[in-house]
Amino acid sequence: MKQYNCVVCVKQVPDTKKVTGDAMKADGTINRAALPAIFNPEDKCALEAALRVKETYGGTVTVITMGLPAAKAILREALMCGADRAVLVTDRKAAGSDTLATSYILSQAVKKFNPDLVFCGRQAIDGDTAQVGPQIGEKLDCAVVTYLEDLKLEGDVAIATRDIGTGIETCRAHLPALFTVTEKLGELRPFQMRRVMENKNAEPETLDCAAIGCEDSRCGFAGSPTSVNKIESVVLAGGEFKEVPATDEGISGLVSELIKDHTIG
Amino acid sequence: MKNTQGEVWVFAEQEEGKLSEVPFELLGKARELADRLGVKVGAVLMGSGVESLAKPLFEGGADVVHLVDDPELKVFRNKAYRHAMVELVKEVNPQIVIFGATHMGRDLAPAVASALKCGLTADCTDLQIGDYTDKKTGEEFKDVLMQIRPAFGGNIIATIVNARNWPQMATVREGVMKPLQRGTGNGERVTGTVVRHGAHLDGIDIPVEVVDIVRKVSSVNLKGARIIVCGGAGVGSKENFKLLHDLAAALGGAVGGSRAAVDLGYCEHERQIGQTGVTVRPALMISCGVSGAVQHLAGMKDSAKIIAINTDKDAPIFQVAHYGIVGDLNVVIPKLIKAIKQKG
Repeated sequence: MKQYNCVVCVKQVPDTKKVTGDAMKADGTINRAALPAIFNPEDKCALEAALRVKETYGGTVTVITMGLPAAKAILREALMCGADRAVLVTDRKAAGSDTLATSYILSQAVKKFNPDLVFCGRQAIDGDTAQVGPQIGEKLDCAVVTYLEDLKLEGDVAIATRDIGTGIETCRAHLPALFTVTEKLGELRPFQMRRVMENKNAEPETLDCAAIGCEDSRCGFAGSPTSVNKIESVVLAGGEFKEVPATDEGISGLVSELIKDHTIG
Repeated sequence: MKNTQGEVWVFAEQEEGKLSEVPFELLGKARELADRLGVKVGAVLMGSGVESLAKPLFEGGADVVHLVDDPELKVFRNKAYRHAMVELVKEVNPQIVIFGATHMGRDLAPAVASALKCGLTADCTDLQIGDYTDKKTGEEFKDVLMQIRPAFGGNIIATIVNARNWPQMATVREGVMKPLQRGTGNGERVTGTVVRHGAHLDGIDIPVEVVDIVRKVSSVNLKGARIIVCGGAGVGSKENFKLLHDLAAALGGAVGGSRAAVDLGYCEHERQIGQTGVTVRPALMISCGVSGAVQHLAGMKDSAKIIAINTDKDAPIFQVAHYGIVGDLNVVIPKLIKAIKQKG
């Protein structure tokens, strides 16, 4: 039986669902320190996909993240859930990377492990771009399967079910292959008690850009073609506001007004 | 290479020989950008046996249709489409390429950008032409593409540029750009030039075979709805959501939900309105028990008229609403239905 070498790319993100007034600075930028840092939700699903492969067919799961040393927290979580190996790519040179530079650095790290299967969350909740996965796939020049919902393996072929928006596609991808995984695949399994104890102080392997053979010109600001020209906080501005009493008369008046201006009727 | 005379391109995605509304939305915006720059609009049409789709694209605003017709492109596959697109961009050198932020667009565009080593901005809600000054170097760039998108869960709006590595590429949210009225986009002309290109796939190993596609039969058409009744967590239960369906039926409208309502199982995922769902701009939006998280507002705040019904008078939804009713939706909605039936 073939054993599968799986790599999962994960990201620690600020919990954007918890953004409140306090998290916005006066200049309209985000005060990241005011937000809890979490394991990006769809990256957890990507890890689950890899753990299922290991469980069903046998193999290993290596988790890679790029970020600040604080991101070790999510690597430890991954180890507690069943990942075999965790790697942090951290380097000042990586600061300011857009999706192109990020995918370059991650692809260099992934190549080091020569995987059969690479899993990424579809997108991260801080940017929602969904670009890094397919861009790593392009750089690895392997099969790319996005929006993965289910996966089976037959030797060197992955039989994948994916959401294509207008339908559900089944495809056969020849390994090596990269998958971007959505929440439909299923939730990440809970921590294993034994592994929690073993890994609560685990020190993931740390690599810098040089260790994975990155060219400096393709990392960080230097390797990022996009730049942010302007950031504005979202200003909620309605038109004229009219409060309508929740009475028969009030609501009847509202309906009359909408009919009169041809919004309804 | 920066080609300031290059065309503005739209990736005209098709499935099974049919174009969705998305390419037409993109063409509406591309026409505006190209007219501002004084260049042509090109539509990229890829597939197998799809030449007949060129005509509607001209009607939608394209001057040129770049046709790549090859049996290998019959069904979308990342590697095949990516390769054909990369070769096409190298050959014709457009200055701007926009894709729909559909499943296909979000699969293809990043791979193309990666191969060309150029920038890409995801899920834009607006595109404009403007001048940009690099704050670090002081270098000035004229007439670049301002790529405007919500970020950080919709809490901020960022304007992104890629001033150096052209083409400038972006994906654009569905339902945000307005299509031209067909037939008027291209002056009085409804024809243009079809330019055929090869797919350049000889000797290219495509590692994916599509075995089967089961199309979704969707009864939900939020984007096309003139009136939408949208429920949030405040609706309280799946049973209460029926009230919203009743109100929508009385108005001939559709029913949507906030992410919270979808997560709570009150309504189906395909009804989700907001940052991670559908963007809508109906003539009338009736928001029921929706608190108004920015993620949700991002997907509906451009509705022509918004009525908000909520028991909490401080709910953020009232800040974008035109009419606010502070009250229990279980009381207010039946009153609304009654008034509509009496008057309508």
